[in-house]
Formats: sequence, C-alpha cells, structure tokens
Amino acid sequence: MVAVTSFRNVSKYYGDVTAAHNLNLDVTPGEFLSLLGPSGCGKTTSLRMIAGFDQPSAGEVFLEGECVNNVPAYRRPVNMVFQQYALFPHLNVMDNVAYGLRQLSPKPLAKEIDNRVSEMLELVQLASFNQRRIWEFSGGQQQRVALARSLINKPKVLLLDEPLAALDRKLRREMQIELQNLQRNVGITFILVTHDQEEALSMSDRVCIMQDGEIVQIGSPLDLYDRPKNRYVADFVGKSNFFEGVVGQMNKEGVDIKLDCGVSVELIANANTNDYKVGDRVCISVRPEQLTMVRDENLLSKNIAIKVRARVMNRIFLGEQTEYLLHNEQLGEFLALSSRRNELSERPFETNEIVFVAWSRDTVLILDGDE
Amino acid sequence: MRIYAVFVYLFLYAPIGIIVLFSFNAGRHASELRGLSVQWYGKALSNPFVGDAFVTSLEVALIVAILSSLLGTAAALALQRLKGSVRIFFDGLIYVSVMIPGIVIGIATLVALVTVFDFLNPWLASVWPEGVKPPQLHLGYTSVIAAHTLFTMSLVIIMVRARIAGMDRTLIEASMDLYATPWRTFYQVTLAQIYPAILAGFLLSFTFSFDDFIISFFVAGSNTTLPVYIFSSIRRGITPEVNAIGTMVLVGSLTLLMTAQYLMRDRGKH
Ligand SMILES: Nc1ncnc2c1ncn2[C@@H]1O[C@H](COP(=O)(O)OP(=O)(O)OP(=O)(O)O)[C@@H](O)[C@H]1O
Ligand SMILES: [Mg+2]
Repeated sequence: MVAVTSFRNVSKYYGDVTAAHNLNLDVTPGEFLSLLGPSGCGKTTSLRMIAGFDQPSAGEVFLEGECVNNVPAYRRPVNMVFQQYALFPHLNVMDNVAYGLRQLSPKPLAKEIDNRVSEMLELVQLASFNQRRIWEFSGGQQQRVALARSLINKPKVLLLDEPLAALDRKLRREMQIELQNLQRNVGITFILVTHDQEEALSMSDRVCIMQDGEIVQIGSPLDLYDRPKNRYVADFVGKSNFFEGVVGQMNKEGVDIKLDCGVSVELIANANTNDYKVGDRVCISVRPEQLTMVRDENLLSKNIAIKVRARVMNRIFLGEQTEYLLHNEQLGEFLALSSRRNELSERPFETNEIVFVAWSRDTVLILDGDE
Repeated sequence: MRIYAVFVYLFLYAPIGIIVLFSFNAGRHASELRGLSVQWYGKALSNPFVGDAFVTSLEVALIVAILSSLLGTAAALALQRLKGSVRIFFDGLIYVSVMIPGIVIGIATLVALVTVFDFLNPWLASVWPEGVKPPQLHLGYTSVIAAHTLFTMSLVIIMVRARIAGMDRTLIEASMDLYATPWRTFYQVTLAQIYPAILAGFLLSFTFSFDDFIISFFVAGSNTTLPVYIFSSIRRGITPEVNAIGTMVLVGSLTLLMTAQYLMRDRGKH
C-alpha cells in the first residue's frame, strides 16, 4: 500500500535553528497519527511542510507517492485545521464552510454547494446555524466550523495543529471523542499535532514522538508505553521512575543490575534484557502503577525484583487511584500509584507512614543508560 | 466645570452656526438678519463662476480620491512586507508627511513644479520636431491633483495599514490551504477585509481635496477650485451667497466624514 504522505530525509533549517532534522515517516491511508513532543521540537514545522506553507531545506515530501516539493499549498489535496481556527471573520458560517468548494474549477453548482455544506454542518452537529456570524460562536463551535470547512473538499490528509489547545478541559475531552468518531466516519487520514501525551495516546492509531527536530520513535500507543526506545519516550508516554545502574551478573534465568545508589535488582531474562551485556550502563524504568505498597512485609509475593522501606512524603487523590510520593534513603524520591480497591482491605496510607514497596521481577524495563 | 465646556463649544460652533443661519437670510447684507429665505441658495447655484469652480473642485477631488486610494493601498500592502528598520523608516516618512503643514506642502510643491517646468519646457521645445508647437507644462489642474494626492495618499496608507495590522496572517494561509490561488486569496480575503479602510480613505481624500484651500491656492494656477473662489469673492465682501455655498460644502463634507467614520468603526467582533 502506498503511503498517503511520506517524508524522505526531510530537514528544515531557519538560519542556525534546526526545526526538523532528517525526518523519515510513512503515513498509512486512513490512520490517525499524532505528532507528539514538547514545545519547539518541530511539530508545526513538519505539518506545515506537508501543507505546503514551508519548503524543506533538504529531502522530499511525498503525497500519494509523488514528490510535492514544488507544488504550492493551494494545489495540494490536503487541508489544515489551524490552532486559532483562522475562520474568515467577514464571512458567515455557510460561506466559511463553502469556501473550499467555491475555489474548485469548474465550480460546483450552487445547489450542490448548499447540500454539501448542510451535510458537513450536520456532521459536526452545527446544522441550522449556517447564517450566523463567526464571532457569535463559542470556541468549541468555532472549532467545529473549522473542521467542517477543512473536511468539505474530502482531503487526502487532514492536518490538525493543536486543535483543542484553546478549549477547556471538559470540552477538550468531548471534542477528542468527537474527533475520533469523525475520523472513523469519514475515513480520512488525520495527522494531529499535540504536546498533550494523554491526548495523543487516547486518540491515535500511531504516535510519532519527536525531540529537538528529530523523530525518536513511532508506534502504537501500547508499543510506546510497553516498549519505549529510551528514557525520553518512557518519560513522555506516561509517568515513570528511572534508576541508573550497571548490568552485573547475567545468566539464562535472570539479570542482576547494580544501581548506582547501591541497591541491587534481580530481573527475569527476556527479549528486553537480551539486548544488554555485563558491564553495560542501563537505566531501569518502573511505572508507578507497577509498584506494590503494603504495611505488612509478609503480604508481598516471592517473585519480586526489589523490596524497600519507604516513607510516604505526599499523596494526591486522583479519584479511583491515589498517587504517592515516596522516599527511600538509597533510591531517593519516586512515585507509586495505588488503586482504591487495593486500599479497601486496609486504610489509605498516611503521610509520614513507613511502608514496604516492591515491584515484580518481570515488570521492570531496561533502557540505555547515560553514557 | 460644565459652564466652561459650554463656552468652549459655543466658541467652536457659534461661528459655523452663524454662517448656516445667515445663509438663510432674506436680506442682502451679511450682517443683519431680515427674515428667512432660500433665495441665496438659488443665487449661488445659478452663478456660473460658482458652478465652474464647483465642477473643477469635484473633478479634482474625485481623481485625487481614486489615485490616492489606489496608490495608498498598494503602498500599504508593500510596506507590510518590508522588514525591520526599512519599514520603520518608511512608516516614519509617512507620518511626517501627514504632519507637515499644508502651507509648506503648497510652497514646496510650487517651487518644485516651477523648477521642473523651467527645466523641462526648453528641453521639450528643443527635442520637439520643427513646425509642431511644443507642449508647455504649466501649473493647473494636474499640479493640484498631484499636490493633493501626495498628501492624501499618506492618509490612505495610514488607514489601510491599521486595518492590515489588525488582520490575522493565518487567514491568508487558510485560504491558500482551501485551494484559493494567491490572486483569489488577495481579493477574497485581503481585499475583502481591508476595503472598508480603502473606502474610508477614499472619502477622506475626497473631502480633503474638495475642502483644501492652502495647497490649491499655491499650485492651481488659473484653475479656480471652490475654496479658492470663495476666498476671492470674500475679498469683495461677505454676502449671504458665500454663506450658502459654505453651508452646502459643510453639509457635504460632514456627510462624507461621518460615512468614513462609520466604515472605520470596529464591528463587534473579537
Ligand atoms: N519562521 C521561523 N523562523 C525561525 N525559526 C522558526 C520559524 N518557525 C519555527 N522556527 C523554530 O523552529 C523550531 C521548531 O518550531 P515549531 O513551530 O515546529 O515547534 P512546535 O513543535 O510546533 O512547538 P510548539 O509546541 O511550541 O508549537 C523552534 O525552535 C522555532 O523557534
Ligand atoms: Mg506548534
């Protein structure tokens, strides 16, 4: 299957600033892809190169197998939803949505334009608003108008640059679900830019993680969560505790890792541990929800990699779960997540209480350590 | 406090009120009111000198308004694309040209034109073929238009610039993204949003040119515009006829200015 859009060694420089460096990417038709990364990592730049607003300094951008480096934005069959919506203030909703259709040559008949606009407004649940002025709409409604406007020409790819950033939390959640449904209904490829990891993970088929203008890892949300390529990805995709160390002993059954703080961790050998050899510097990553917290040390199972005593420094109720900030003399501070159900048997842990914390030998992940 | 305000307004508007009142004077002297009548309006409108001057003023003002809105808009769009210090420099020049007193523009244009004519006329005569009368450049219609346009163009630039600055640049990208060519984007988005400013600039230029006395006085040559005519007829004494003309010009100008103001208002968006 030909990728709907691809980057081949694409770089973009602004003077000394590297906005994008040697990007390679293939977007599958019909998928929902997110570009995720912190501010300034080149997400918008990448999107703008697909749209045709910026030209790559090196490399090639493809649309359906053809290099479009020399095709101007107005001839590329992709559409964009801008962060601040960029609706035309001098036009009403109907004319905003119809804008793309009216640029086609030959221009569709007025009747057909009307039908398509109504269809689009219905799709974004804004039917019966078509004569309204743009500034009479709320942020969420403007967002929908912008979506309708960019979908009316049935683009090959819909580019969305942080489309939900301006909305409040509750509305953002609603729009996320709506966007997902919309994408499934219309079957158009969506490329969404966001710096909100929760948004990227919950909405997309695949997530492309970027750092300093480079792509670090591309994969399904589950892949990225379970098999992050490095500490950066693990940190970006959900919270994690990291401990630096060196691979000590290694045999068929297990691996022994000596952490820099002096603690030793025993792990079961698996595909992940096989990438490393004795003496390698590594970093182990433990998700807060993989930690078990108990008051009575005897309740812990035998299959544990490590067991430490820790003091509860702080706790944050998150509804169904509670997040604890713990402190151990050797490991330092780390996070643990405990579900309410587990706590029901006992009472929730209190600040300053001493608890036993453990994690099992097969849940820990080994990553490349600092050199 | 209130009473002072009343005096200020009285001082400002009483003379204008008196002109309007006396234009309806039934008597023939400007200084005493003898009943009301519109006879002086009739007199003014049927006076051929007034008619000629009025037509001249109208033509000049119309051409000035058209030229300055075209040139001013083009300049404003070009200025928007300039960067950094070059832009600041040209912006500064435009504000300066608006602040220069009319009398300076009048004299400067006069001196400049006369110098150029003195240089060009003999040269034209020398290069023109034998036997054909060479053209003689002289002050008149064209020089008034040029001098007025010089000033009013800056007004248009300032007004259009303000409007462009308030425009969202991503709208242009949005339009391109929706398959509109650069040319269509220009008139469907850029022009569609700045035309009220252009129209307002047009009206303001028209009013300025139509009402201007100082610059016209210097560069009009033998062509008489309405304000210049009024000035010369006042020297023969103020008659109710002059008041009638003044009132008509006043009403016309105010209407145009208010229309311009209306076009430049911020429509409840954002
Ligand atoms: N027109 C430009 N001129 C100069 N530098 C630019 C330009 N556009 C982007 N950059 C630089 O390129 C880098 C990447 O910018 P980009 O806008 O792609 O980041 P981003 O990932 O979208 O960030 P954000 O989340 O803040 O929107 C930044 O360092 C930025 O300063
Ligand atoms: Mg951005």
